[in-house]
Amino acid sequence: MTEVEETLKRIQSHKGVIGTMVVNAEGIPIRTTLDNSTTVQYAGLLHQLTMKARSTIRDIDPQNDLTFLRIRSKKHEIMVAPDKEYLLIVIQNPCE
Amino acid sequence: MEIVYVYLKKRSEFGKQCNFSDRPADLNVDILPNPKLAAQFVERNPVDMGIQCSVSMSEHEANTERFEMETRGVNHIEGGWPKDVNPLELEQTIRFRKKVEKDENYINTITQLGVIMEHCIKQNNAIDIYEEYFDDEEEVEVTEEASSAKTINVFRDPQEIKRTATHLSWHPDGNRKLAVAYSCLDFQRAPMGMSHDSYVWDLENPNRPEMALKPSSPLVTVEYNPKDSHVILGGCYNGQIACWDTRKGSLVAELSTIEFSHRDPVYGSIWLQSKTGTECFSASTDGQVMWWDIRKISEPTEVVILDITKKEQLENALGAISLEFESTLPTKFMVGTEQGIVISCNRKAKTPAEKIVCTFSGHHGPIYALQRNPFYPKNFLTVGDWTARIWSEDSRESSIMWTKYHMAYLTDGAWSPVRPAVFFTTKMDGTLDIWDVMFKHSDPALSLKVCDEALFCLRVQDNGCLIACGSQRGTTTLLEVSSGLSTLQRNEKNIASSPWVQTPVLHVVLRLSRGLLQRPL
Repeated sequence: MTEVEETLKRIQSHKGVIGTMVVNAEGIPIRTTLDNSTTVQYAGLLHQLTMKARSTIRDIDPQNDLTFLRIRSKKHEIMVAPDKEYLLIVIQNPCE
Repeated sequence: MEIVYVYLKKRSEFGKQCNFSDRPADLNVDILPNPKLAAQFVERNPVDMGIQCSVSMSEHEANTERFEMETRGVNHIEGGWPKDVNPLELEQTIRFRKKVEKDENYINTITQLGVIMEHCIKQNNAIDIYEEYFDDEEEVEVTEEASSAKTINVFRDPQEIKRTATHLSWHPDGNRKLAVAYSCLDFQRAPMGMSHDSYVWDLENPNRPEMALKPSSPLVTVEYNPKDSHVILGGCYNGQIACWDTRKGSLVAELSTIEFSHRDPVYGSIWLQSKTGTECFSASTDGQVMWWDIRKISEPTEVVILDITKKEQLENALGAISLEFESTLPTKFMVGTEQGIVISCNRKAKTPAEKIVCTFSGHHGPIYALQRNPFYPKNFLTVGDWTARIWSEDSRESSIMWTKYHMAYLTDGAWSPVRPAVFFTTKMDGTLDIWDVMFKHSDPALSLKVCDEALFCLRVQDNGCLIACGSQRGTTTLLEVSSGLSTLQRNEKNIASSPWVQTPVLHVVLRLSRGLLQRPL
């Protein structure tokens, strides 16, 4: 368990990281540095997007699979590392 | 027999309760059958009657009330907790979370995902991978497409006996109309019954001309008044000047008297820039240039005889085939003659002899077109014999650039009003050439075969995109030029100005040193 703690702490300490969250498939935030409502909102929306992205990749090539999803917006970048059961979401503001 | 039954009731009995009682049937009316009426009827045997043994049904329409639908997003504020966990209870949620965190699968997953995530975060921090390169450089409009021109419309002379389209003029506002002058330029070979009419065409309707201009003699030139778009000036084959007002109709509004007009067909007529907008001047092969005011068109206001020996002798005068006037240089005008000489004149000279300033010779035949470059008025284009030449006012001995000798006679030419280095020429074999001096010198940038017969005249619309050319059989073709040839290229103005400036100097220097100065295009 300490590895998890360490990993998450390390991620959070990187430059520009606004928030980190671990969400399960039901949308329950397991670990988050942001407030609950924001987390749940991110969780719900990104879960659907990840599902869609994954199915797109697999439709094009069934041997392929989604490893990472990066959404660049005007304000910041949302990075999603998907898994079968959990989602690791990090919001970063890349310094220019 | 009246069927009436009266029943009486005493007023005092009104309102009384009804006491019903039975009584036997009372026969009121009895209509017995009248056998005599039976004679009017015929017994019908057999009788056809349709019956149907099915369920009787009826049709109804019903429409449900409209169901209004709206798309909305859902904002979850709480995750999907399992049934046994009450999301409001902090204890239960914490316990659940702790349970998940102890799960081995969870630990492995997170470690894995953490690695990938860190990689991307570090990547983001290392360099800005979304950097926009060359942001401050302005968009270069690269016209990759090859220059082209396509025919949009063809306006055919509706007359049976075909005449040459000798001159075109675009409508000054909006350029939606085109005035075309039709005449037969073969000396005394105009067929009998040839119509004198010239037409104004609306670009939208190529089937029928919008308006006909009916002079007494066919028109050789036609020009719209740039100040007043209803007034059209026409130069006739018999030397008269005629004026139309399109609001008034097809007949001539004003006509010059034949004694004071030209003795030969009017080959050039141009409106002048004046406050009143009623002044124009015309030139003809009889060697005279006349100025007119259309309010008093019976007599010219001024006459200049193109005698380059400056003796004012009509016998020595050169016949004028083309006329040039640029409104930015209002006192100067140029005349292209039949003898291949361009005469530059000054209108404001004191004595008639001083009106002729200088001459430029170089062509072997009549100069059919003469136009100053709209961007660099010191340079002008002449089209005649088998070449087109570009001259600079400063160099009087010869032209600064000329095209090669073509197989067919060149009949008309014009500069592009939007690009200083582009000009158009038409030839007797029916081709239209588009020359781009910046792009290629030896050949036209684009050469199009417009029609099988000779092309006689050419006019470019003010936006530089549309070109109208008239042919020997009276067919006017409307072409659209690709955007590469009609939009100002970057630095074109800067580049285009330099050869004009440098070349004449170079020309003179080399000439002096007896070097072989042939600077063909």
